[in-house]
Amino acid sequence: MTIADAALAAPTEGRARPASRSRALGRLVPALGLGLFLTFQMLPIYWITRMSFMTPRTIMSRSDFLPVAPTLDNYRVILGDPTWYMSYVNSLTYVLINMAISLAVSLPAAYAFSRYRFLGDKHVFFWLFTNRMAPAAVFLLPFFQLYSAVGLFDTPWAVALAHTLFVVPLAVWILEGFMSGVPREIDETAYIDGYSMPRFFLTVFLPLIRSGIGVTAFFCFMFSWIELLLARTLTSVDARPIVVTMTRTASASGLDWGLLAAAGVLTILPGVAVIWFVRNYIAKGFALGRV
Amino acid sequence: MTLRIEAVSRRVEGEAWLSDIDLTLEPGRLYVLLGRTGAGKTSLMRVLAGLDRPTRGRVTEDGRDLAGVPVNRRNLAFVYQQFVNYPAFSVYDNIAAPLRRRGGTRAGIDARVREVARAVRIDAFLDRRPGALSGGQQQRLAIARALAKGASLMLFDEPLVNLDYKLREELRSELRALFHEGGQTVVYATTEPDEALQMGGETIVMHEGRVLQTGSAHHVYRHPASVRVADIFSEPPMNVAEARIAGARMTLGGVELATPARARGRIEGPCRVGLMPHRIERAPGEGRVALRGPVLLAEVDGSSTFTHFEAGGSAWIARSEGVHLMPLGAAFEGFVNPEDFYVFDTAGDLVAAPAALESAYG
Repeated sequence: MTIADAALAAPTEGRARPASRSRALGRLVPALGLGLFLTFQMLPIYWITRMSFMTPRTIMSRSDFLPVAPTLDNYRVILGDPTWYMSYVNSLTYVLINMAISLAVSLPAAYAFSRYRFLGDKHVFFWLFTNRMAPAAVFLLPFFQLYSAVGLFDTPWAVALAHTLFVVPLAVWILEGFMSGVPREIDETAYIDGYSMPRFFLTVFLPLIRSGIGVTAFFCFMFSWIELLLARTLTSVDARPIVVTMTRTASASGLDWGLLAAAGVLTILPGVAVIWFVRNYIAKGFALGRV
Repeated sequence: MTLRIEAVSRRVEGEAWLSDIDLTLEPGRLYVLLGRTGAGKTSLMRVLAGLDRPTRGRVTEDGRDLAGVPVNRRNLAFVYQQFVNYPAFSVYDNIAAPLRRRGGTRAGIDARVREVARAVRIDAFLDRRPGALSGGQQQRLAIARALAKGASLMLFDEPLVNLDYKLREELRSELRALFHEGGQTVVYATTEPDEALQMGGETIVMHEGRVLQTGSAHHVYRHPASVRVADIFSEPPMNVAEARIAGARMTLGGVELATPARARGRIEGPCRVGLMPHRIERAPGEGRVALRGPVLLAEVDGSSTFTHFEAGGSAWIARSEGVHLMPLGAAFEGFVNPEDFYVFDTAGDLVAAPAALESAYG
């Protein structure tokens, strides 16, 4: 090492320690913040999971971090009692119907908005959104009346159709963003290559907006799965969804905390599953589309 | 199949994109649309393909009006400036797509896909998705798809513009060879005069939605019908200056020279003259007259020097072989032969062109 090298090296060595300390701190603070955030986020979910493994008596008397005297009784009750598990089936039924209708309707609509200019296209696009501006409560009475009149009341179709009113505008909006990201030249090339419109749409175009469809399906699912007001008003016994069943567990003996907690956990699970399936699309979706 | 474009105009939101285009495209020939960006090349091709409708006029195929024929029933292929492929399909399926739509045996389609892929040299990547190809390969794929079905009309909209220089040269000569084999009508749009000359065929010079001149590339290059065509069809652009002709004498700024023999007696008084940049020599010679003035800018592109200088009140560009370093403001002497001048009238229409330009470019 020459003298010049040594002179250059010396000061850096002297400063090395404080620099690495501040760097370590720079890593620690965000990690700590994130950790705290996640803890607060997860705590209620952990707590309901913990309660779902306990009996009402231990829930009221103990507040240990881990479940006291864990038991699967609550889950056994739910999975053994048709009024409970059929509620899940009812919910899933109308959620899936809603997803199917919404996607089937929104895909062509979004394509039209993305590709064609027609009289009043911007106004219609905006008008779709005004549907979302009214609270669901506004539509309760007309829906209730209408569905009772045509015999749809207390069927999954009633809830599914009511939900499409709120889901379709959002679906059209998300899908339109994704579709506009696909160059129009691909459509034209396909027609030049001899594709018919339906074949082009199904085999060439849909694969290109897979992530958009994933994201849209996710939003349809989420809205419909957690919505309570319409679901409760438009059903009574036969099509009663899980969110309604949960709010009706109060009995003469008071609330069954353990049972309610187990039902809650089972209600969260489908959402987790859906997020898990579309997680890659969501990441892409939020980046590409205009969500 | 003879395509006729009859009095076609297209207006979009009050703006004329195409104005009164009349063209006849004969089968088996190559047509090069030359024009700046915005000249209407793409608009014309889209009308030809049936993707856009003309506002007025019509396009006929062997006398049959094509107006009502949907795009997917026409027998044509289109290659865009952007690399347009089906991203969700493999390279193989991309090339096979138009063949499958038309129908045919599986073996026949397979043979054709492999043949075309080999012709554009992407046969090593048949299993890949277009996204996993380089830009040049993606455009080769688009070209392969266009070639595959052997359409009677093939439209190429500046297909090489997004490629690097080397690839462009390579693909251009390959394309020329491919066009040579087929009996299809090819329309090829470009902004580059060089490309128009190299592709050969019929050149259709367009500007602001109008066809200015048609003819073989070399004819149009040698006899531009107007200052505008000369400007579009040369790179760097042709030098154009105001001049005055009185019998056998021509004054150009302060410079006196002989009127080009071919223009004599055909025009008197004010006119415009044009001179190709490579016709300004650095050495005096027989019959040459000097243009003198300060250097405004000198650019060197490897083997030749482009000197921008001012003389007789006009700006000139001289292209000379070899690298010449010239400081700004230095005195420049360019020697010109009066016979090399194009003479245009004041409206810009050609009056006389030089007798011969030995080499079109050089």
